Amino acid sequence: MTISLPPETSSPPRLQPSGWLRYFSFSVDHKVIGLQYIVCGFVFYLIGGALAGAIRTELTSPVSDFMARDVYNQVLTLHGTVMIFLWIVPVVNGAFGNYLIPFYVGARDMAFPRLNAVAFWLIPPAGLMLITSYFLTGAAQSGWTAYPPLSITTPATGQIIWILSVLLLGGSSIFGGINFIATILKLRRPGLKLMQLPMYCWAMLGTSILVVLSTPVLAGTLVLLSFDIVAHTGFFNPNLGGNVVVYQHLFWFYSHPAVYIMVLPAFGLVSEILPVHARKPLFGYVTMVYSIMAIVVLGLIVWAHHMFTSGTPPWMRLFFTIATAFIAVPTGIKFFNWLATLWGGRISLNSAMLFSCGFIVNFVLGGITGVALAQVPFDIHVHDTYFVVAHFHYIVFGGSVFVIFASIYHWYPKFTGRMLNEDLGRLHCALTFIGFNLCFGPQHWLGLNGMPRRVAEYDPQFTLINQISSVGALLMAISTLPFLWNVIHSALSGPVAGDNPWKALTPEWLTSSPPPVENWIGEAPLVEEPYGYGVPPDELDLTATSGRDLWSSGK
Amino acid sequence: MQIPSAILTLVIGMVLALGGLWIGQNINLLPIDASANAPIYDELFKVLFTIGSILFIGIVGLLVFSLIRFRRRNGQLGDGLAIEGNLPLEIFWTAVPAVVVLFVGLYSYDIYDRMGGMVPLAHDHMGGAHDEQIWGGISSGSIESAAATNALPVEVTAMQFAFLFHYPEGDITSGELHVPADRPITLRMEAKDVIHAFWVPEFRLKQDVIPGQPTQLSFTPTRTGRYPIVCAELCGPYHGGMRSTVVVESPENWESWYRDNAKAAPEDETLTIANA
Amino acid sequence: MEQRQMTTTVPTKDQNHSHGKHAEHPDHRMFGLATFLVADAMTFAGFFAAYLTFKAVNPLPDGAIYELELPLPILNTVLLLVSSATFHRAGQAIRQDDHGRCRRWLLITAGLGLAFLVSQMVEYFTLPFGLTDNLYASTFFAATGFHGLHVTLGALMILIVWWQARQPQGRVTAADHFPLEAAELYWHFVDGIWVILFVIFYLL
Repeated sequence: MTISLPPETSSPPRLQPSGWLRYFSFSVDHKVIGLQYIVCGFVFYLIGGALAGAIRTELTSPVSDFMARDVYNQVLTLHGTVMIFLWIVPVVNGAFGNYLIPFYVGARDMAFPRLNAVAFWLIPPAGLMLITSYFLTGAAQSGWTAYPPLSITTPATGQIIWILSVLLLGGSSIFGGINFIATILKLRRPGLKLMQLPMYCWAMLGTSILVVLSTPVLAGTLVLLSFDIVAHTGFFNPNLGGNVVVYQHLFWFYSHPAVYIMVLPAFGLVSEILPVHARKPLFGYVTMVYSIMAIVVLGLIVWAHHMFTSGTPPWMRLFFTIATAFIAVPTGIKFFNWLATLWGGRISLNSAMLFSCGFIVNFVLGGITGVALAQVPFDIHVHDTYFVVAHFHYIVFGGSVFVIFASIYHWYPKFTGRMLNEDLGRLHCALTFIGFNLCFGPQHWLGLNGMPRRVAEYDPQFTLINQISSVGALLMAISTLPFLWNVIHSALSGPVAGDNPWKALTPEWLTSSPPPVENWIGEAPLVEEPYGYGVPPDELDLTATSGRDLWSSGK
Repeated sequence: MQIPSAILTLVIGMVLALGGLWIGQNINLLPIDASANAPIYDELFKVLFTIGSILFIGIVGLLVFSLIRFRRRNGQLGDGLAIEGNLPLEIFWTAVPAVVVLFVGLYSYDIYDRMGGMVPLAHDHMGGAHDEQIWGGISSGSIESAAATNALPVEVTAMQFAFLFHYPEGDITSGELHVPADRPITLRMEAKDVIHAFWVPEFRLKQDVIPGQPTQLSFTPTRTGRYPIVCAELCGPYHGGMRSTVVVESPENWESWYRDNAKAAPEDETLTIANA
Repeated sequence: MEQRQMTTTVPTKDQNHSHGKHAEHPDHRMFGLATFLVADAMTFAGFFAAYLTFKAVNPLPDGAIYELELPLPILNTVLLLVSSATFHRAGQAIRQDDHGRCRRWLLITAGLGLAFLVSQMVEYFTLPFGLTDNLYASTFFAATGFHGLHVTLGALMILIVWWQARQPQGRVTAADHFPLEAAELYWHFVDGIWVILFVIFYLL
């Protein structure tokens, strides 16, 4: 008996859920995956933020009186681990990378769509496992750095769960890196040359190289650490003849590049946002590319500047000082180029632009303290103090998180087809900037004057400054509210955005908002000048030297 | 007639530089200095603070100026200038930071050397037993001066959650570090359980104290007083409470403390904790 | 002021993208695999770096035993190198559409891999030291064990490809034999890692 189907169906049978259900499914669409990353990441940001709130609440008084001491250590461990591995790395890489890269190379999707979905779906279980360890068995309490012997002597279950979680998250990151490298190098549409790609592609290529080279070393190290914990080997256990400094070398071999994994994509995103809202080309495209490559190479050979006070001999300390200081040069070039992009522009002072400028201010401060920290004699005094805490928060929050917010304001219209409310956005920016600087600015002084990090109690002379810092943290928490309201309300009833509300030139804006499943109706556009903004200077009265004579675009 | 932008830039640059110098010299963010290397450290700090202030104020100033001067006014359509690059300018702002960074690096090498940081650590492969090896730290003396004579050796043991100080000459064990001013001190440090760190902010010195891998810290105290010793490596729940005190005394007062607490005979078995 | 001409080509005709012609998309899976193997190599690099550092700065305590014999490892090296050659033969066979010969070479390769594993087990059981005896011992077992895991996975993959190649028009054909190519690249990688491991642990 045969069954005959009706001769015409109105729509083809669907293999995957549609509508909002897509976002809870194993979708292989890079746009869906990108948004899954961003929402999941933001949830973990709120969790990490709550953990930070707990820390700052404890630190409003100089005694340990808010939570039990071992709980405090669990909280600070989870705060760092969640923010790094579940918020920043997944969002600047997985969220924006997956959403934008196929558009930028003129492809319909990433090179390996199913691997993409696998990479995302590793994250929620790993994160869930990590968070629930706090409630079920006690979380790890040796810091996100998990130095042995402390990580071998604290309760084992929490530490092993931490290790498993980080291994899964590292695996996710590696799968993403493989995908980005293949997509950028192999999936460019015909006619699109490498040096015509938007800068974010170069940033992601460099980042993914770092991911592929350094994350596996962390994986191996954590495997060895887990052997020490469960199998009584002695890799890093001095009682059994081991060497704890070797752990530190292996750990930081990944964890220093990790900071570039968190920051280079942010650099790329800023390079996309500034030209659009300043209506000027990105300044110095070629040098920006070389700077990224220099940062990638240098970033792999500076890890031991995290170990200046450890078991490191003088010659090693000297080498790493010099290598680290050099990274300031390509990084500085990028900042000067961004300033030059703004100079002479027609700048719209919208939320995306303001957050990007906040990034510039904060990151320059963080970069300056970074150059200081690179110098061995300076670092010896401030290592493992609140000076370092201030420095890296200026980089990861003042840097990457500010860029994430800028990017959300910039691309939300594309993701959802609606515009965000600008007044709420500027309020969000102001509250975040003030709160952030109030929280972390004074911490530089705390470190210089004797307050170590990872403590629940401190010398009472530091009470007032700590309380100011905690007020700043409270402001940061409050600043999330206008943002959340804005995102949700605008999704439901914001003004329609249209294809290209910013009149931008890169390929994602040359299609509908939100884009169709295959990114464009018809062929992918060939954008040879992604930064072709601006009025040619020969049409204006200019006395300054014109760059166009010296640099020709790749036409 | 408009002031040429070159002159404006020059004046702004000079104001910035002078301002940065003033900030570095006059804004004091550090605690008091109590060891011979601390003023050397503070010199470096001032230089870094000056350079940092100039850079930060300059860049933020440029940014704020751009946001105001080049902002889009109401009703303005159209783009900014289509300037894609300027090779001489880019070479300039590559070379200048490279030179600054090189200068800072060489200068801080000099500072580290004057602090004694470049002297090779004691290291004895031939001895076989690994407790001859010093794994990290700052050795006594510096490259220019001869190795410090008359250095007072102290053995530091760090454990969860206290520091213990043992004076091998005189067999004194104490919970506080008593040292005479103006005499070189050499700390040989080892931990009993997990990694700790020995930090005296007023000395500007810190060294991790590692189990199974001894480290060294050498310094010369210069100012009498009581200064905190802070553990600066997460070592467990009471890490925040792990503190001690370094008591810098005049040589005479220190001598009398030493005499009061030193063991009369080396065979004396009882371990008495020294008077504070 | 007029807008500059953008160099952007936005096609106006409406082309339907056909879902049926997947063979038109270039296959980048080997590139992806190669990138993955770079990552995998870095994991081994971490173990090797740790081992070399331990040897340089952590002397063995008195009485600790860490001695390795050479015959079995040399046999292992030969087994793996030969197995790479036999795998290559399998690849040649499938490109000539000879499924039978291909499958025979695949079985031989898998057999050599299994022989390697058996030999490694024999070595493990005859070594005078165990996993937790001392630092060098632990690192030795970690590195060789991790490598042995890779060999096991590789042998399993070879058997899977052997099974897949049984039909003339299945996943493994003369025109398209990605599973075999991928398994072969992986196998050569595992072989290469062994050579480095052999030099570092057994010769240095």
